[in-house]
Amino acid sequence: MKPPPFDYHGPVTLGEALDVLAEAGPDGKVLAGGQSLIPLLNMRLAAPAHIVDVNRVPGLDGIEAGQDGVRVGALARHAAVERSPEAAALPLLRQALRLVAHPVIRNRGTVVGSLVHADPSAEMPAVLALLGGSVRLAARGGEREVAAADFFTGPMESALRPGELAVSAFFPALPGRSGTAFHEVSRRHGDYAVAGVAAAVTLDEDLRVTAARVACVSVGPVPVVVDVTTACGPRPAGSAGWEAAAAAVRDRIEPEGDIHATADYRRHLTGVLAVRALRDAAAAAHGEEA
Amino acid sequence: MNETRHRVTLKVNGVVREATVPGRRLLSDCLRHDLGLTGTHVGCEHGVCGACTVLLDGEPVRSCLMFAVTADGHEITTVEGLARGDGEPSPVQRAFSECHALQCGFCTPGFLCAVTAFLRDNPAPSEEEALEAVSGNLCRCTGYQNILKAVHRAAEIQASEIQAAEIQAEEGGA
Amino acid sequence: MTTRLFGEPVQRREDARLVTGGGRYLDDLGAGALAAAFVRSPHAHARILDIDVSAALDVEGLVAIYTWEDLPGALAEPLPLLIPHPALTHGRTAYPLAKEIVRHVGEPVVMVVAPDRYLAEDACALIRVDYEILKPVVGIEEAAGGAHLVHEDVPGNVGAHLVQEVPGHGGVPAREAVDAAPHRLEFRLDIERSACTPLEGKGVYARWDADDGSLRIYSSTQTSTSVRMAIAAKLGLPLPKVEVVAPDVGGGFGVKIVHPWPEEILVPWAARLLNREVKWTEDRREHFVSSSHERGQVQRVRAGFDDDGRVLGLEVEILHDHGAYTPYGIIVPIITSTQLLGPYKVGAYRVEFSSLYTNTVQVTPYRGAGRPQGVFCMERTMDKIAAYLGKDRTEVRAANFIQPGEFPYDQGLMFQDGRPLIYDSGDYPEALRMLKELIGWDSFAEDKARAAAEGRRIGIGVGCYVEGTGVGPYEGGHVQITSDGRVHVSTGLTSQGQGHETVFAQIAATELGVPIEKVSVVTGDTRRFGYAVGTFASRAAVMSGNAIALACRKVREKALRIAAEALEADPRDLEITDGTVHVAGVPSASIPLATVAVLSNPLRYAFDEEARRATQFAGAGSDDRPPVAEGEEPGLEGRDYYSPVRSTFAAGMHAAIVETDPDTAEIRILRYAVVHDCGKLINPMIVEGQIHGGVAQGVGGALYEKMAYDEHGQLLNASFMDFLMPYATEVPHIETAHLETPSPLNPLGIKGAGEAGVIPVSAVIASAVEDAEGIAIDRMPISPSDLHHLRLER
Repeated sequence: MKPPPFDYHGPVTLGEALDVLAEAGPDGKVLAGGQSLIPLLNMRLAAPAHIVDVNRVPGLDGIEAGQDGVRVGALARHAAVERSPEAAALPLLRQALRLVAHPVIRNRGTVVGSLVHADPSAEMPAVLALLGGSVRLAARGGEREVAAADFFTGPMESALRPGELAVSAFFPALPGRSGTAFHEVSRRHGDYAVAGVAAAVTLDEDLRVTAARVACVSVGPVPVVVDVTTACGPRPAGSAGWEAAAAAVRDRIEPEGDIHATADYRRHLTGVLAVRALRDAAAAAHGEEA
Repeated sequence: MNETRHRVTLKVNGVVREATVPGRRLLSDCLRHDLGLTGTHVGCEHGVCGACTVLLDGEPVRSCLMFAVTADGHEITTVEGLARGDGEPSPVQRAFSECHALQCGFCTPGFLCAVTAFLRDNPAPSEEEALEAVSGNLCRCTGYQNILKAVHRAAEIQASEIQAAEIQAEEGGA
Repeated sequence: MTTRLFGEPVQRREDARLVTGGGRYLDDLGAGALAAAFVRSPHAHARILDIDVSAALDVEGLVAIYTWEDLPGALAEPLPLLIPHPALTHGRTAYPLAKEIVRHVGEPVVMVVAPDRYLAEDACALIRVDYEILKPVVGIEEAAGGAHLVHEDVPGNVGAHLVQEVPGHGGVPAREAVDAAPHRLEFRLDIERSACTPLEGKGVYARWDADDGSLRIYSSTQTSTSVRMAIAAKLGLPLPKVEVVAPDVGGGFGVKIVHPWPEEILVPWAARLLNREVKWTEDRREHFVSSSHERGQVQRVRAGFDDDGRVLGLEVEILHDHGAYTPYGIIVPIITSTQLLGPYKVGAYRVEFSSLYTNTVQVTPYRGAGRPQGVFCMERTMDKIAAYLGKDRTEVRAANFIQPGEFPYDQGLMFQDGRPLIYDSGDYPEALRMLKELIGWDSFAEDKARAAAEGRRIGIGVGCYVEGTGVGPYEGGHVQITSDGRVHVSTGLTSQGQGHETVFAQIAATELGVPIEKVSVVTGDTRRFGYAVGTFASRAAVMSGNAIALACRKVREKALRIAAEALEADPRDLEITDGTVHVAGVPSASIPLATVAVLSNPLRYAFDEEARRATQFAGAGSDDRPPVAEGEEPGLEGRDYYSPVRSTFAAGMHAAIVETDPDTAEIRILRYAVVHDCGKLINPMIVEGQIHGGVAQGVGGALYEKMAYDEHGQLLNASFMDFLMPYATEVPHIETAHLETPSPLNPLGIKGAGEAGVIPVSAVIASAVEDAEGIAIDRMPISPSDLHHLRLER
């Protein structure tokens, strides 16, 4: 299992990287962490003519937190984000990152790379989708910011166009009295989830649920975001209709069976995880208030 | 159909090494076949087994999921570099042997590298932390029980050595 | 220091090199050798219409491309059927490179040799093979249906069919015994495929010495001696011109006992033809689709029993999936059929198996080799009887146990070695008592009730087995003490992590009375020892261990004889301590073994200090006696073989406590306990390690691992991403206790330990999940998804 031949490019500035990518067009592939790309190359399931290794491009490894959210650069490794005090402002990031593969993979893999890889079983796309974040795509001649809802277009497919480099992703902050949680079941610890649910719950002053959303992994072509506010509230978090929310989630998802789990089991499991994630998210929201 | 080759300079186990490799040369193959450091093993070449784990600037990474060219200019530590300068096995190496944490030994270099970095950052780990630290490496022989035991044993050895060194330093200072 | 090392947890002597990167595994050898790679069939069943290599010819530095048509003489014939059996009426093996038909995805079709593996794979990718796709046969049921055939000339896809019957008292056949029993149960069991999956795949590296006309081959094998014979035969070389070395081997678990693999003869052939060093290192995907799998069986069971749960009659019908070829014969279903009875006395027993071809990877032994399936059958039967009678599951087992006074116990069957299945020793009631105490069997009901009150579901399970170990025909050992006092031990069988360098050194040091530091052990190198069978069937310690002990005893006897002469003492008064022969009770009257070695070899040439002394001693001999006495040989060395009349039978009992999540159906093993009896322990630390590893593989087989073939015969999980080998996070802590019932059959009183851990795990986990859920668990492995659906069907 050795990768097929390709032309290797190691640009040292963003401009140079974008130039190379522009010239390579559809034959070019960006290499950052490589933890998803290189297995595909080793198995010869992908054979790009040009690999553009952006690891030497300065300024892409930033993790910046502001009032409105956290921006993560293309070379910020999972582990760096997991440990970063800036990213701690958004607990969901850490909740999700500890579920991404294993620590050694997280040392090298990047958050933005996970997004661009757009695996519907992966955690980070679900987080971006749940929070309504966006990905910033740069190309020679300009940048564009694509909202999560538009970014994930299918299994392993994103809105990234040939010649573009995903330079950063933005994870918006949640309003006050919000909490999040991420629950998943995988066959082995560190495997892609059989099913998983990221949840965000916002409470009002009287601790009633005013907003509740989940994003589900492994149950559709892209992360499936379901707004369950109506099913949950507006009721006190303690007596919220989590089961009704789970039913709503089960109705919305389109799981498929594979060698690890049937579609029916995934549907059932997603409901179970939705209840757990929503309940924990509500507790976190409550905790924040307290 | 001749491939372009790239000159790569790596500092491996403290020694500057050079190789000229195609862009697709995996770091694992570069270490093993270009530099002759065959202690790093290759068990799956898709990043799951962890046998090829080495330290890149001190952090454990899969050398089968990295191109040698990407590592140009970086420091690499392989299993051959874990022992001390005088050849004395490191606490982690000693603990693995003491606790019978290896059988066929093929996966062992990956575990040793991962655990070495882990104990550097977390010298007194809990059971759960130790488990998480080795959770990305496959072993088909040991059932892991003795590997977990070795992680804690290595922490003990490390701690007692640090203590001994401190005492020596104090005595030296006094 | 003491030289009594047998039975001590001596630290492994292999480790110093293995923890420092100093191991030498196959792919660590042969820097600069050419690399081989293979074009393998992408179809499960197809006819090769055309092979077009033209596009590959431009690959940088390409050296050679071979297809079946290029193979000369014996190489063009099918690979050997290693273990024929009269019941295997339709044995079939593959060609080294496919001839006309491919019968499973992964079958080698074209061999490429190039400067490195990258380029070899580039060439493979450019070779076009046209196939006419044929209907594949996938799955046991489809094979048994026989609507389509894997081999045109094998009707019904049946490779072998075998019936063994042990009638009950008065010659009552099993069927009648079942029918006449007070109670009867009938059920079906399913076990899926798994595989050995050592972390290091297979590999071969060959060096042809054109001047000498000889081949040196390194292979990651469990039997270097037989690989050697196979290569000599296939390439038409004189045996002394072929040497095979098993270097450090990164795990075997059975898959590497099969030989010769196509690559094991193709690579040496190419090396000789090209007069270049050639190496092939199997990659992970290749290992999944072109080595071996095991375990897949369907069993139909009828059991008749009395009010105490005693089995009066047992009928088992097994459909065994042996994949596309049968190079290793029908060892696996034979073992299932014969080891199924475990520690129990069954009134009357009839077992029938059909071994079936499918268009999937061939099936050959994987650690346990058919036993896990047999034990699953018997232990499920025990649990079902207990459930039916409302009895404690251990009570039913105890009612059926062979009692300690009943050994040797003849089960009336013919074992895998073609010899009667007679258990040598054991104490099953004591083992069960120890297990129940270890796991807390009798108080578990309270724990379970307490958990239930908290909304948790827990269950306990148990499983017992007997394992025939140390099968013959023989192994040998050679021991030489050189004039520097060092002891060189060699044996022909190979090592894959079992710590043979350590345990054999322990045996030699104990037998010879020398410090272990003086002993070095070489295994699996035909240059050192040419006669051997191989490492499988938990046989290495029993076979080579005893052979080495016997060889040591020869050397010891000779040493004492020579020393007695030098010391003018009676050899019966001599003992050896710390490498020195001395008169018992008179430490001053002594002579080091090194000097004895010098004395044993009357040399003419004084090339060093020791040799100078030898020439002096030789000169000092009597004029009317030859320097080497009649019947003597120069040198202090000995060779001996151990060849047992029959196997020795180890046993064990495992128990587990599991928790199942009422909502997610996840299954977690909370506790796992093992009582193990492999006779006398040479090195308890190593035996425990073997048990841990075996249980971990068993957990894999019970909860995670399967070979997921689709209806086209494509293996959907041919990677570590989707073949779920357990990580540390999936394997429970294992609590062990040892019972030592020595084997009366061999000088050391030992039994094999290598496979034990894996054997009962699926049965134990099924038993525990069944207890937690109250649902019959008749199919393994079981995933959360499976359990979820079982709950829905309830």
